[in-house]
Amino acid sequence: MPRRGFLRVAVGAGAALLMLPLQALAALWNRAAFEATTRDAAVQGLEVKSETPSQEIEIVAPDFAENGAVVQVEVRSRIAGTEAIAILADKNPNPLIANFMFSNGAEPSVVTRIKMAETSNLQVIVKVGDQYYSASKKVEVSLSGC
Amino acid sequence: MRDMKMRAQFKDGITEVKALISHPMETGRRKNAFEETIPAHFIQLLTATVNDKIVLEAQWGTGVSKNPYLTFYLRDAKVDDTVRITWHDNRGESGTGEVVVTQG
Repeated sequence: MPRRGFLRVAVGAGAALLMLPLQALAALWNRAAFEATTRDAAVQGLEVKSETPSQEIEIVAPDFAENGAVVQVEVRSRIAGTEAIAILADKNPNPLIANFMFSNGAEPSVVTRIKMAETSNLQVIVKVGDQYYSASKKVEVSLSGC
Repeated sequence: MRDMKMRAQFKDGITEVKALISHPMETGRRKNAFEETIPAHFIQLLTATVNDKIVLEAQWGTGVSKNPYLTFYLRDAKVDDTVRITWHDNRGESGTGEVVVTQG
């Protein structure tokens, strides 16, 4: 490779790395899980081997959502040592919607708005060390949001 | 840079952080008026810090709604601390917003 070409490539790669903060590099996007097209494949992508249903996970979402493009969801885990909360919609084209990781005094709780393709179960998977706990809630959707 | 609205309020020992990020969150499945597929354009990584210490790291797919909304809660933040949110999308774009914690 001509020297100038190599330098340009090296500088380009360095600049690309500088644009990402270190924390983002450490938590690179889980492509396998997010591009999965079934709920089971998404869960596998998250490296969840088995989940235990838990009453200590609270999901606040509407029973009936008029517009699937904007469904507000509130999730709270009361399980001590909760590290991460993943939100999935079983029947979405890509079921995994988001995975939140908490540290340094962040409460294991989030409110966000998601898209839902059709009536399905909203599922939450909570990570506590190498254990996983889950809860779900059915949301009826009249207008698809995907 | 894309717009981000943020608020952080300390009340009863807990700081509630709310953020509204301006972003299209395109799934890559929608079509425009000419039946052409609109390319995927969505936030993949989001990081929140308090005084530069990470408190929340999120990975998102295309299922988060357009103009994402997020609320989270902090036990150890105090009035006058700085909360910063940074995101990166699948096209290499990024955005940052920050706000100072106020008494609620």
